[in-house]
Amino acid sequence: MNTRKIGFVRTELLPAQPAPEHAGSATRWIRANLLATPKDIILTLVAMALLLYTVPGMLNWLFFDAVWTGADREACLTVAQGGAKPDGWNGACWAFVGDRFQQFMFGRYPLEERWRPILVALMFIGLLTPIMIPRLPFKGWNALALFVIFPVVAFFLLHGGSFGLEQVETPLWGGLMVTLILSFVGIAVSLPVGILLALGRQSNLPVIRISCITFIEVVRGVPLITVLFMANVMLPLFLPTGWTIDNFLRALVGVALFASAYMAEVVRGGLQAIPKGQYEGADSLGLGYWQKTRLIIMPQALKLVIPGIVNTFIGLFKDTSLVSIIGMFDLLGIVRLNFTDTTWITPVTPITGLIFAGFLFWLFCFGMSRYSAFMESHLETGHKR
Amino acid sequence: MKKTLLSATIGAAVLGLGSAASAATLDDVKAKDFVQCVVNTGLAGFAAPDASGSWTGFDVDYCRAVAAAIFNDPSKVKFTPTTAQTRFTALQSGEGDVLFRNTTWTISRDTALGFNFRTVNYYDGQGFMVPNALNVKSALELSGAAVCVQSGTTTELNLADYFKANNLDYQPVVFEKLEEVNAAYQAGRCDVYTTDQSGLYSLRLSLSNPDDHTILPEIISKEPLGPATRQGDDQWFDIVSWTHFALVQAEEFGITQANVDEMKNSENPDIRRFLGVEADTKIGTDLGLTNDWAYNIIKHVGNYGEVFERNIGKSTPLEIERGLNALWTKGGLQYAPPIR
Repeated sequence: MNTRKIGFVRTELLPAQPAPEHAGSATRWIRANLLATPKDIILTLVAMALLLYTVPGMLNWLFFDAVWTGADREACLTVAQGGAKPDGWNGACWAFVGDRFQQFMFGRYPLEERWRPILVALMFIGLLTPIMIPRLPFKGWNALALFVIFPVVAFFLLHGGSFGLEQVETPLWGGLMVTLILSFVGIAVSLPVGILLALGRQSNLPVIRISCITFIEVVRGVPLITVLFMANVMLPLFLPTGWTIDNFLRALVGVALFASAYMAEVVRGGLQAIPKGQYEGADSLGLGYWQKTRLIIMPQALKLVIPGIVNTFIGLFKDTSLVSIIGMFDLLGIVRLNFTDTTWITPVTPITGLIFAGFLFWLFCFGMSRYSAFMESHLETGHKR
Repeated sequence: MKKTLLSATIGAAVLGLGSAASAATLDDVKAKDFVQCVVNTGLAGFAAPDASGSWTGFDVDYCRAVAAAIFNDPSKVKFTPTTAQTRFTALQSGEGDVLFRNTTWTISRDTALGFNFRTVNYYDGQGFMVPNALNVKSALELSGAAVCVQSGTTTELNLADYFKANNLDYQPVVFEKLEEVNAAYQAGRCDVYTTDQSGLYSLRLSLSNPDDHTILPEIISKEPLGPATRQGDDQWFDIVSWTHFALVQAEEFGITQANVDEMKNSENPDIRRFLGVEADTKIGTDLGLTNDWAYNIIKHVGNYGEVFERNIGKSTPLEIERGLNALWTKGGLQYAPPIR
């Protein structure tokens, strides 16, 4: 008999057991990450002490001791200062932000016309959301709607003066609305113009190359604040009598040109990182200049410089607050303007207002930054080193 | 009030380029149907937006008074908010018709910068604020003090002059932005805060213990704040100047927003002439306006005292005393030439 003897075969599965006590548990994580070495223990303790020292105070100031409702400054003043709060009180004055919230959003846009910027904002969200989700179709039409049709519609809605809408002049615009319009126009103009400038800078045609280099270097060599200042106060002196160019338009053009020059240099960085073989490969396929650029070079170059592009966008978004020096009130400008209103002058008003403005700025910048991280991983094709 | 080197330089450059504005401002204003005023980007009580976002304040009311005189409608105004640096170029380049921006009348602004000043709607002056704890009663006791001051302003220069003239030592703590100066004073980085007195009153509101700080009696500089117009348009200059005089004269006559209609029936020929009800008066038409110009100003804006009280006076959080801005009959400096 040649039977193989089978030593042992389990006939039923072992019952499931919990994971070992020190693997995967919170204790293990803490031991591995916070208390691994004596140095780690000390650092952990110091960090904990710092957090304990700052966080409760901050939370108290921001939330628990804060004033949430009130009609004027007395709500946020202590008894000694002429208000209702007990002496020694200190906390955020959110009542101020609540009272002036509309103004922070729309500036001095007429109250009864504020449905117009709200409608524009809804249209913007409705068009921007689908274009940001890669798997949705009709990207071309969507882009056309967002970058060509939407700005025109938004202009007529916001500015009015036709189609039976009352005219609202740009000096009345303000707040977050102005910040977003400046940033949107800056971003929408600077990317295409920046790409063209970057290509022009590498062109073989001397006139194009030299004019692109001149533009980029001149604009990059001047602070944005100077460009705005020139556009605001010097430009009218050079124009013939009776000519006026809207102040807001001047700021828009200034910001857009400025961002374009920076964008051009970011894109050029991407172009230079593309190996020569890619150009030669495209040439050998018989592609023309624009086909080569559009199909082979740009998709790779732009993907490489997404962090740089988004960096420029975020910088641009924050730079828009510089327009407050030329007498226009963006988000930060309008918040600061309200510090001088006697209805709300208190010791805690300015800091509350600044925290609110800072938080909104952070929200938008962080959003852009997270989206760029998502796009990077979405477009990842295995070239990452 | 504040004068920086930058504004002076730009102003001088502007002068070289020539005026962009045409001569007859009144015709332009009537054609476009509003008065464009250059105001502050935000100064408590003088020009600041209220909750609904419309501009209010002492300077803003002056702008509305000019509009009332011309159009009998104080809402026909537009505002160009400017910083200390951009205000003069804004006026010079025609971005505004008149400057109501708490601006100090100085000879160089009147001559070299190419503007006209005639009236002073607020007599300001640089003062000092100290914490009560220092127990200082006079600025002459401030020897060796650390003084918080904003850089690049007349304030900084006046400070240096004053301490030098009185042979006192001091240590300037200089910041560029007003908020930084405020923060430094509150944090105790300096013993004394100096700026124009009107500014000290609004700053005091933002201190955690307003009653712990005193504004010293000394005023170390003259800061006559008034409206400015471009040189070369006397008619417009007259309208702006006499708008101020009308406000002051109305207070002297005792004409208020409330009783201006009754006052039309007054027996006093001066008042009848002022309000344009005397038969043969030509005061308004000679100005290029209608004869009820002063009536319209008072009807819509009130007299000087009412404008003052409403925006910066005792009933407001700023609680500024009339002081030098009282009528000449009450020991102040506000005085209007005869309107006849």
